[in-house]
Amino acid sequence: MPDLTCDFLNLKLHNPIVLASGILGTSADLLERAALAGAGAVTAKSCGPAPRAGHPNPVAVEWEHGLINAIGLSNPGAEEEARMLAETRARLEPLGVVLIASIFAGTVAEFGDVAHIIARARPYLIEVNISCPNVADEFGTPFAATCESAAAVTETVKRNVGGIPISVKLAPNVPNIGRIAAAAVEAGADAITAVNTMPGMLINAEAGRPVLANRVGGLSGPALKPIALRCVYEIARTVRVPIIGTGGVITGRDAAEMLMAGATAVGVGSAVGTRGVTALGSIAAELAAFMTQEGYPTLEALRGLAL
Amino acid sequence: MHQTFTITEVHTENYRTKTFIFDRALPEAQPGQYVMAWLPDVGEKPFSIAGADPLALMVVVVGPFSEALHRLNVGDRVWVRGPLGQGFALRGRHHLLVGGGYGVAPLLFLARTALAAGHTVDVCIGARTARDVLLAGAFEKEAVSNQLSAVSPFIVVRVTTDNGSMGEKGLVTQAVEAAIAAHRPDGVYACGPVPMLTALAQQCRVHGLPYQCSWEAHLRCGLGLCGSCELETSTRQAAHIPAGWLVCKDGPVMRDG
Repeated sequence: MPDLTCDFLNLKLHNPIVLASGILGTSADLLERAALAGAGAVTAKSCGPAPRAGHPNPVAVEWEHGLINAIGLSNPGAEEEARMLAETRARLEPLGVVLIASIFAGTVAEFGDVAHIIARARPYLIEVNISCPNVADEFGTPFAATCESAAAVTETVKRNVGGIPISVKLAPNVPNIGRIAAAAVEAGADAITAVNTMPGMLINAEAGRPVLANRVGGLSGPALKPIALRCVYEIARTVRVPIIGTGGVITGRDAAEMLMAGATAVGVGSAVGTRGVTALGSIAAELAAFMTQEGYPTLEALRGLAL
Repeated sequence: MHQTFTITEVHTENYRTKTFIFDRALPEAQPGQYVMAWLPDVGEKPFSIAGADPLALMVVVVGPFSEALHRLNVGDRVWVRGPLGQGFALRGRHHLLVGGGYGVAPLLFLARTALAAGHTVDVCIGARTARDVLLAGAFEKEAVSNQLSAVSPFIVVRVTTDNGSMGEKGLVTQAVEAAIAAHRPDGVYACGPVPMLTALAQQCRVHGLPYQCSWEAHLRCGLGLCGSCELETSTRQAAHIPAGWLVCKDGPVMRDG
């Protein structure tokens, strides 16, 4: 049996599979369920300064090559989220599963405020979502679009989290993701999560209308995998911090590919929709089987092989 | 992805309820599963499947989306994704079906499935007043058509209303008590408002009967991803539903609860 133990910053994950933000992360019950299903770490859904209902239906649809969604950052606001995270952390501790918080905001200053509130719940890592593609109408271009804005958010969040490590979540649709990762790391990012969903659109031909109520949304699932692999590869060649490689990981073999691209841990989202929540444990088991078959005793043995 | 369906028949069930019959089947659909019905620029809402071949949806007017559906006529189109979620799984050979108000929507489909398998069915329907009772006539018709053949199973329908304007006056749980006493079922299958389901779940546990309830919640993605459709903790606990259970994907039917 290969060793799936994953060293991530100062944390030890019992396997590298991480529930991605935005999937099932809305309550302590759901995060605990994902943990019991076999994830090494679980990420809560992003929270902002104030409660948000999100977009009207349709918010998510399956298509030939994955999913498209525009949930619209539904969340209960930072104060309520901090209470939920504190309860979740207490429940996950005996399971040995790492809790990751996720935050978003409309301005740099608000990012600092939200980070400050969420840090009180003492999550093990705070993911900084500067790349949601589905709220441009309200928030404008995501902060992940330029080195300057990514660095400004990172620096402000870092000053407000009292030493909790942060991972900055980047967008795939930028000309040079390595440079943006470098700017975030220089501004204090301890890790990088790559990538968020890819902006896209589905149109129903008979209806002659966009399928999502928000018209545009984020693509995920199998269509996103080659894009995510390329992004993780570019980041791994540019910076020396751990990466949570996320995008289109459906099987253990996909997870192996993400590690080979240079990821330290592997985010899983859409697979929960297509395979159910048990996909988290199944992907870890499939990764172990793949490592046995190919003779890799540890994650280190395959990490970055494709660089 | 949404598939395009065209309306071929519209039946008026009562003062605020219509059944829409579509031009083709929804393959693989089971009683108790649901679809998300989409009207471009209006919205997308869940509806339990009232019939699979051809697809049938029963729509009660509760807001702007169902009002928009009610304005549609034969030849108009509706976009549908599904079947979604977990439906009823029939266990045993004699079944008690319990519908509260609009909750009877999936039960005629379930009754027909059970009768086709040679099982026997009792039905209890609860509603506020006579004009809110849905499908009682359709169930009676199933009963008559099945009694015509000596080898076929039969169906008994009991109705309760809050004011006694139809059937027995009182709650549907009274009719359930009578049905169990008359012919103990192998299992109870129910759909209706949350208070009815929690009361019924309690009643079934007292009788030692297995039960499957179809729960309602605010559904968004329909795929078990967004986490919008968790039940209230008190409801979940009252009905012995596990923590983190999602109505859209793990349900809407809670099997063997």
